[in-house]
Amino acid sequence: MVSKRIEMQGIPVSSGIIIGKARLIDREKVKVPLRKIDESFVQYEIERFKKAVEEVKRQLSDLKNRLPDKLKEHAFILDSHLMILNDSMLYDATVERIKEEKINAEWALKRAFDEIKKLFSQIEDSYISERISDVENVVQRILRILTGKKKEDISNMEERAIIVAHDLSPADTAELDSDKVLGFVTNGGGRTSHTAILARALKLPAVMGLCSVTDKVEDGTILIVDGDTGRVIVNPDEDDISYYEERRRQREKVKNSILKEAYLPAVTLDGHRISVMANTEFLQEVFSVKEQGAEGIGLYRTEFLYLSHKELPKEEELFEDYKKAAEAIAPDPIIIRTLDIGADKLKEKITAVEETNPALGLRAIRFCLKHPDIFRIQLRAILRASAYGNVQIMLPMISSLEEILETKKLIEDVKKELDTEGIPYNRNIKIGIIIEVPSTVIIADTLARHVDFFSIGTNDLIQYTLAIDRINKEVAYLYEPFHPAILRMIKSVILSAEKNRIPVSLCGEMAGDPLCVPLLIGLGLKKLSMNPRVIPLIKRIIRSISAEELKKDAEKILEFSTSKQIKTYVTERMKRLLPDLEQYFTGL
Amino acid sequence: MEFVKKLRVKNELGLHARSAAQIVNLIRKHKSKVYFRKGNQTVEGDSILSILTLNCPKGTELEVKVVGEDAEDLIEKITELFEKGFGEL
Repeated sequence: MVSKRIEMQGIPVSSGIIIGKARLIDREKVKVPLRKIDESFVQYEIERFKKAVEEVKRQLSDLKNRLPDKLKEHAFILDSHLMILNDSMLYDATVERIKEEKINAEWALKRAFDEIKKLFSQIEDSYISERISDVENVVQRILRILTGKKKEDISNMEERAIIVAHDLSPADTAELDSDKVLGFVTNGGGRTSHTAILARALKLPAVMGLCSVTDKVEDGTILIVDGDTGRVIVNPDEDDISYYEERRRQREKVKNSILKEAYLPAVTLDGHRISVMANTEFLQEVFSVKEQGAEGIGLYRTEFLYLSHKELPKEEELFEDYKKAAEAIAPDPIIIRTLDIGADKLKEKITAVEETNPALGLRAIRFCLKHPDIFRIQLRAILRASAYGNVQIMLPMISSLEEILETKKLIEDVKKELDTEGIPYNRNIKIGIIIEVPSTVIIADTLARHVDFFSIGTNDLIQYTLAIDRINKEVAYLYEPFHPAILRMIKSVILSAEKNRIPVSLCGEMAGDPLCVPLLIGLGLKKLSMNPRVIPLIKRIIRSISAEELKKDAEKILEFSTSKQIKTYVTERMKRLLPDLEQYFTGL
Repeated sequence: MEFVKKLRVKNELGLHARSAAQIVNLIRKHKSKVYFRKGNQTVEGDSILSILTLNCPKGTELEVKVVGEDAEDLIEKITELFEKGFGEL
């Protein structure tokens, strides 16, 4: 191959820049040998086929067990492959064809597959018809074993390299030694392809949709992959290399400096201190959030212990969990959100009535107040843990004052119980609510007189306000944090809280989004709670902006009438203000 | 024992790989045979590919027939899967 410089443009699916050697993964389809067989060989061919299937089953189960933790959620794809392997349309049909048509196993399997392919091609729903690629993947695996074509071992790469392939199946990607992979470049695929999702999970640069990159590259060819712009350079010259080296170094420098400064407080250029806290789900996470620069836990989710066992958790178990978390983060606060779950999720443990719309049904505080026996146990555990750190209680899905009053009464009862039993707890434990139902935004001034703090839960607030179910693909595009209504609501909650002198924070995904944060600070928020992973970056952004300027900006933004206008304005401004962080301003 | 019942696909994505896999898993844990009929097309319930090729987006009406010793229990569980939208609702 001539080492000619070739520049290609693809779809950038995972950001980052990498310069390295290519490792071509050849997933050429196996050529199927076609043979008529003698009656006396039928049993032999069937056995050969069954053995090959067993071998593939072993391979897939093995892959599934070796799947790294960060890819565990992809295990279901391997499960469905295992299921296809034994499916009657493939398995029984192949055996049947060997018997009836007296042909070799490979041919019989191919004919069974062609039949399935024909059926799938008639399906209109592309989401279902595309599953033929899973069937093909399984068939190719069996064929490879039948024909003795040595499967290329990609789990064992000698040196670190950029994977170049036609397209990668989920099983292929699971097989890769992720420590050795520098990035991905493929002919096919797009932003939502499996490999793209994987690349982002592994934080590796990836460019897809390059048509014929596999023809232009061989093992060891030098490549530059720019996952920000989608540019791929094959056989780059010295100028390319020095230019991209410099860009890569800049990026690394920014990333490292962000991490190094994570422990510094988040103070704006004009001296406003913003408190940056972490959202966590498991006790284990609590131990590491300080390293990421968190100043407390702004949202401690408590559902896990209720979902992980067959029975409801015991008070002791909850208490131990909350106590350890409180001690680990002390003296910083931990805000424990009481059970935020619907009856539908606990149906094995309690008798629940069928609901047609659980999102608007018996959930969270409603569920807890309906089941005071279950709620009391959690409240006791939280109160007991409050003797060991700065524990606060946060109530989810409040929609009226009555719910607050009823819960506070329940808490008072539990306190009296603990008093009689002589069990220590913090008498002045703070009780706050999540503002996530639109009604509470409107009566926030009233509610503020009855609680110690507000936390704005934007994920649900957006869904309930814009009347969309984010999981519903048909309307998910309407989910819009920059909707003027959402911004005005946030502003109004902040004003109500300020008027009554109670603290207000925000704990939805917006709090961890580089584009939203400056706007939220401009709206007047001083406390944000987010995914701990993004804390170093968010702190860095806060340290580079001026709150007073953002306030003026926010006033202007509140006048805008469409989300698009707001988004464009905010993106432009941030890119201008912080050009070195441009890579992070891609939007929610 | 033999039971027949009409079911409707309620989940957004229809009977795709994940939901079909749930049905097959359930059936494989039972002894009875299961057949799904849509229009004049009938397929066996323990084949994920057959279920997929039946092409059942949201709103599809299906007839399920369960034959065997644990048919009553199984048809109830299948109904529940459909009713709950395979955990996607």
